[in-house]
Amino acid sequence: MFSYYLRMAWLSIRKTPVLVALMVGAVGIGIGVSMTMLTIYHMMSRDPIPWKSDQLYSVRVDNWDADEPYDEDLPGQSPFQMTYIDATNIYDAGRAYRETPMFKSWGVVEPSNPELRAENHIFRMTGSDFFAMFDVPFLYGGPWDHEADAAASRVVVLSRDLNETLFGGEDSVGRDLRIRGQDFRVVGVIDEWEPQPKYYDLNNGSFDEGEDVFLPFNLVRHEQYQSAGNNNCYQGDPAPGWEGRLAGECIWIQYWAELRNPQEVEEYQTFLNAYTDEQRALGRMPRPNNNQLYNVTEWLAMQEVVDEDVSVTLGLSVLFLAVCLFNTIGLLLAKFLGKSTETGIRRALGASRSDVFRQQLVEVGLIGIGGGVVGLGLSLLGLKGLQILTIDTEQLVTMDLTMIVAAIALALVTTILAGLYPAWRVCQMPPAIYLKTQ
Amino acid sequence: MLHMDHMSKVYRTDLVETHALRDFNLHVKSGEFVAVTGPSGSGKTTFLNIAGLLETFSAGTYKLDGIDVSNMDDDDRSRIRNGKIGFIFQSFNLIPDLDLFDNVDVPLRYRGMPAAERNERIRKALGTVGLGSRMKHLPSQLSGGQQQRVAIARALAGSPKVLLADEPTGNLDSLMARQVMDLLEEINGQGVTIVLVTHDPELARRAHRNVHIMDGQVTDLDASQAAAASMSEAAAMEGHG
Repeated sequence: MFSYYLRMAWLSIRKTPVLVALMVGAVGIGIGVSMTMLTIYHMMSRDPIPWKSDQLYSVRVDNWDADEPYDEDLPGQSPFQMTYIDATNIYDAGRAYRETPMFKSWGVVEPSNPELRAENHIFRMTGSDFFAMFDVPFLYGGPWDHEADAAASRVVVLSRDLNETLFGGEDSVGRDLRIRGQDFRVVGVIDEWEPQPKYYDLNNGSFDEGEDVFLPFNLVRHEQYQSAGNNNCYQGDPAPGWEGRLAGECIWIQYWAELRNPQEVEEYQTFLNAYTDEQRALGRMPRPNNNQLYNVTEWLAMQEVVDEDVSVTLGLSVLFLAVCLFNTIGLLLAKFLGKSTETGIRRALGASRSDVFRQQLVEVGLIGIGGGVVGLGLSLLGLKGLQILTIDTEQLVTMDLTMIVAAIALALVTTILAGLYPAWRVCQMPPAIYLKTQ
Repeated sequence: MLHMDHMSKVYRTDLVETHALRDFNLHVKSGEFVAVTGPSGSGKTTFLNIAGLLETFSAGTYKLDGIDVSNMDDDDRSRIRNGKIGFIFQSFNLIPDLDLFDNVDVPLRYRGMPAAERNERIRKALGTVGLGSRMKHLPSQLSGGQQQRVAIARALAGSPKVLLADEPTGNLDSLMARQVMDLLEEINGQGVTIVLVTHDPELARRAHRNVHIMDGQVTDLDASQAAAASMSEAAAMEGHG
C-alpha cells in the first residue's frame, strides 16, 4: 500500500506545482538556516577524539596569587597553563602513562631549495609522547624518541603541507632543514591532521589551524624559544634574562597526560597534590591545593568552546524554522482541502480515516524530503558564505555525513509534524460533505 | 438487504434543528431494484448517504445484509462500505488525475486485494461496461455517458451486494440515460440489489418497486401512486420555478 500512497502523492504533487514549490521553499529555507547554525554548533561541540577522550587529561596546578583566583568568573578553577618550573618538574617525574608539556612558538624555516624563500612558521614545542597521546597519523617516519627528548636533540616533525612546500611532498625523513639558523633533521611527516576543536591548546584559539613544525620541548631552555601564546605572571615581571624568565612565576605552558583508567587518574592526582605540598613547603604555591585533571570533554565544556552567541543564534534559527513550518501548515491545509472531493470519493469507496491520513502523510513526507534537499543546498551555500565572510577554518563549516543525514531527517520529521493537523482536519470531515460539494 | 426501522436524522446548528428523516422505515430485499422518488429537500440524499454509511443517523436501527451498523466505528463502516456497497453518483465522481484503470482500482486497493486479482477484476469490470480498450484514458477524454459507465465499472469491480445510485442519469442525455439504465437492469439481473434515487418517472417505472419520500418519511402511497405524485409535484415545482 505504501507504494500506492507514494504514486498517489507524486500525482498530487504534480497537480499543484506552485503550491508544492512554495511549501518546499518554505521548508527548505527553514532547514537551510537552522542546519547552517546546527552544523557550526555540531562541529564546535563535537568530541574531537571520541575513542580516547576519557583518557586524555589537561593537567593543572593551582599556582597563582593567594588573594585572588586566576579567573574571577571561574573562581573554582586553577590556571589553564603552568609555569616552566612546574611543567619540567612534573615532566621529569614521569608519573603518567604518557605526558607532555607544550606551548606554541614560532620561527624562521629556511628551505634547502634555494628557489624557495625562508618563511616564518608556527611551531609546537612538545615531548615525543604528544604524537602517541593524540593519535597523530604519520605520512613518513614517526616521532622522535625519549632520548631525543632528554638530549634536546635537533630533530623535527613537519606537517604534510610544509613537507609539500619544502620537499615537494617526497619522503623527507633524514633530510636536513635550517630552523632559526640551526640544522635540524627531519624524523617524521604528519599526514592530514586537523583536530577541531583544537583541544590540546584552547589558549590560542579553539579553532585555529594546527602547527607546521613540531620540535622537542627541552630545546626551550638552551635555545630560547618564545611562547606565541598567553603569558601571565602573578608576581610581576620575572627576573631579567632567559633563565630569569624560566624561573619566574609566569604561566605559559600547557600540560597533558594520558591516564588509562581511574586508578591511574587517582594516583596521578595524589602525585600532583604531593608535588604542590612539597613546593608550598619550599615557599611557592600560596594557594591551597586545587590541582585539576579534566578529560577532553570536561575541558571543552569548562572552556566554553561553543560560544554563547552561537547557541543563541542556533535558538533563533530553530524559531525561524518553526515560522517556516507554520506557513507550511497553512499551505498544506489549503492543498488538502483543495482536493477534498477526491478525499470524499476515496472515503465513499471504502478508505478509512486512517487510510486517508496515511496517504496525506506520505505526500507530506515527499514534500519534506524535497524541502530537506533544498535546505541541504542552502546550508552548504550558507556555510560557504560564512567561511568567506567570517570564519576561515574550513573544517568548522563543513557538513559531515551525520549532518547531511540530519538535514534530511529534520526536514522529514518537522514537515510530517506540520502535516499532522491538516491531514487530521481533512480526515475528520464526513465524506458526504465532500460529495455534496460537487 | 437494507432494513431501516424508525430511523431519524436531525441536523443541529446553534439556532435551528432540521429533521431530515423522521420515523423512517424501509426494507429492501436482496436482489430488489427499488426506485426512491420525492421532491427536493424531502430527504432522499440523506437516506442514500445513511444507507451507504457515509453519514450516521440520530435514532433508530439500520441493518445492512444482516449486520447492525448503528454503532459501528469509522474503520468498520469503511470496511463494510468497501466490501458490500457500490456507489454511482450523478456527477460520476471519478478522480480526474487517474486513468480509468486506476479509478476502478481505488476501492480494490482499500480491500488489500492482491495485484493479480485486482488486475483481473478491473479488466473484467471495464469490459462489462464496454470500455476495456480505453483503460489508459483519463476521465476528461470520455463523454458523460462513458464516465458514468466507468463509475458503474468501479462500483461493480468490488462485487457489491447493493448498488446505491444517486440520479445516475441526471447529467446524461436520453440516449445515454437509457444505456445506463439498461446496464443497471443487467446488473440487477445478476442478483445485485439496486437502490436508485431519481426524479425521472420513466426510470422509476423500470424499477421493481417505487418508494416515495416526503418530509423525511416514506409515505403510505403505493408504488405507482407515489411515483406519479412525485413526478407531478416535480413538474409543478419546475413550472413555478
